[in-house]
Amino acid sequence: MNMKMPCLHLTKIGMIGLLAAGLSAISAGQTVEMHVPAALVAGGQASIPTTGSGKATFYLLGPGVSRKSEVNLGDEIRLESQETQNAGAYQAILCADNCQSATFYVSAAEPSGLYFLVHPSRVPVGQSDAVSGVAIPFDQFRNLILSPATVQFQLTAGTAPLLSRPVKTQAGIAWFRTTSGRSAGALQVVASLGSVVARRVVQQVASDPCNLKIEGQRTKTGITVETEPVRDCSGNPVPDGTIVTFTATEQGGKSTVDAPIKQGIARAQISGQGAALVSVASGVVMGKELHIGAQIESRPGGQP
Amino acid sequence: MKTVLPIVLVVLTVALILLALTGAGRASGTVGIALGSSFVTKKPSTPEQALTNLLVDAKRHNWDQAFSDTSNLGPADKQSFIQDWTGSNGSLRSFSNLETFETRPMHITDDQAQMRVHLHWSTPVGPIEDVRDFHLTREGDIWKTVWPKNQIPNVPAQVIPVTYLRWDLVSAGADDEWGAKNIDAPHVRIVSMNAVDLAEGVVVMGEVVNEDTIPAFVNVNATLVDGAGNAIDDESSFDRIAHVLLPKQVTPYRIDFPNLNLKNVKNVRMDVKATLVPASADPVIGVMNQKVDADVQGKAVLRGDLLNQSGQTVNIPHVIASFYDGDGKVVWVADGYVERALLPQTSSPFMVDIPKSLASKVQNFHVVVNQYSIGRD
Repeated sequence: MNMKMPCLHLTKIGMIGLLAAGLSAISAGQTVEMHVPAALVAGGQASIPTTGSGKATFYLLGPGVSRKSEVNLGDEIRLESQETQNAGAYQAILCADNCQSATFYVSAAEPSGLYFLVHPSRVPVGQSDAVSGVAIPFDQFRNLILSPATVQFQLTAGTAPLLSRPVKTQAGIAWFRTTSGRSAGALQVVASLGSVVARRVVQQVASDPCNLKIEGQRTKTGITVETEPVRDCSGNPVPDGTIVTFTATEQGGKSTVDAPIKQGIARAQISGQGAALVSVASGVVMGKELHIGAQIESRPGGQP
Repeated sequence: MKTVLPIVLVVLTVALILLALTGAGRASGTVGIALGSSFVTKKPSTPEQALTNLLVDAKRHNWDQAFSDTSNLGPADKQSFIQDWTGSNGSLRSFSNLETFETRPMHITDDQAQMRVHLHWSTPVGPIEDVRDFHLTREGDIWKTVWPKNQIPNVPAQVIPVTYLRWDLVSAGADDEWGAKNIDAPHVRIVSMNAVDLAEGVVVMGEVVNEDTIPAFVNVNATLVDGAGNAIDDESSFDRIAHVLLPKQVTPYRIDFPNLNLKNVKNVRMDVKATLVPASADPVIGVMNQKVDADVQGKAVLRGDLLNQSGQTVNIPHVIASFYDGDGKVVWVADGYVERALLPQTSSPFMVDIPKSLASKVQNFHVVVNQYSIGRD
């Protein structure tokens, strides 16, 4: 990031100005005059007319710029566009027998870029005030545009518009805060200022699992248990890889398996022969319990 | 007079060397290992001596001699006997050394003896104490150890498809636009915290959950603060936590502050740090048949079996258990390493201690398994 901060140079310019004023006060002889531009846009060219005759020395001090040149009094002093690219306060000093100084300001040019920071990069659905964005307009010379401008924020989840809000910049900054959408997927976040557009994507993810249900059956070696498709309370499928903990409590002890969801369903094999109460949880969310009866022992002759 | 002092020094040196050689079995140094099998082994005329001979030989990796100290093993058992001591498949035992041991007779008759041994191992994860009971028999005028045969799991050749998720990380380039490609750190939360005063010091423990949809590398730090607001000490959970948490996974944590007293602590400042890491949902390790029981010494322990449900060898399984009282409050967190590797589709027993003072309070428990596998994240 390369933002130019004009105010950093003001102290230096002020000292030079004081010096120039001091020189002016103690000097006597030919009076020099110049007329600095009332307003100047960054990167613009300008001329400073002077009066008098003879040679003089011209100093230009600005944010990131310093220049000393010999000029003829009565001619115009030309400021090239390279010398005025940085917005801020500039000091022009003209010295012959005495010195005169004047200050002029260069303001930022038209917006050519938006720094756009959106937070977070990933957000659960249905969270209030969960998505925020900050847009900062800059001109082509990366000067912060301090004059009020209207930034249009647009949020779109899939094809459904979620938010469209014009926001005027304050001190060069515009921002928004809003609730995340109801469906998992990409949330397109666009900030536009005139023809300048910045796009970001926030990944909306499923929230905590909701209404966890399991079904299970006894096998030769134990219990096979699996969830129904795991979804959040908005109906979004919980992402694969999410851990679901199955706990089977039998009379002789307890068995647990942390199983990841695969294709929407978590499965586990739990060893044990006795009657078991199987519970399920994911994170801090508990699901419904399931009672599975004991293994029926086979007797000789195949009779249970 | 000039020759007396050197002679005394030489005699003293020889005496000290002999003393060291005869006492090597109980010594904590590495003298025995350095000198190998050149030691003179005492005749095992007592059960204590027989077991000491076996343990000293095993400590020195003098396998032929150690094997001959047993009574019940045939030539076919030699490899498994050695593996029992040296470990295999990159297990914790294969990185461990037997440092010292203490034997204690439990029951001795004319031709049978029961001995208990405290084995002190040095391992990469710190010292580990193992308590084992051995049976010895008298054969003529010598005693021999009946070595408990260890069944090495035999995993049949098979193909196990692995279709679990894996998360990889792609880092943003240095020239990417500012703010365009940031990925937030995983969102984790401390769901419980309990600080208790024990004889050894203050212990802070609880549980952390990964609330996010991506894996997280988690570390919990705690700072004890006194009444004036000054930090007394700060510590991290170190290895008493499952650092890599998959989405919605819960782990216990425990932070020890040795030699401190909770009376001097006004506040505990908790800090959980989470970073995004590549991870795999495999292997899945089930924790079966968990129950609070008593070990051979009568101490309360949580024991169970770890079942590797995947096709990957877990070299060093690490069990972390949180224990709850009747109100669901975490009253203790204990951990333990399993010294044997967990082969695919096999199970291995585990055991973690519960302090005597807390055993009566424990009403419920939750076990998570941390795993270290060579060559895999």
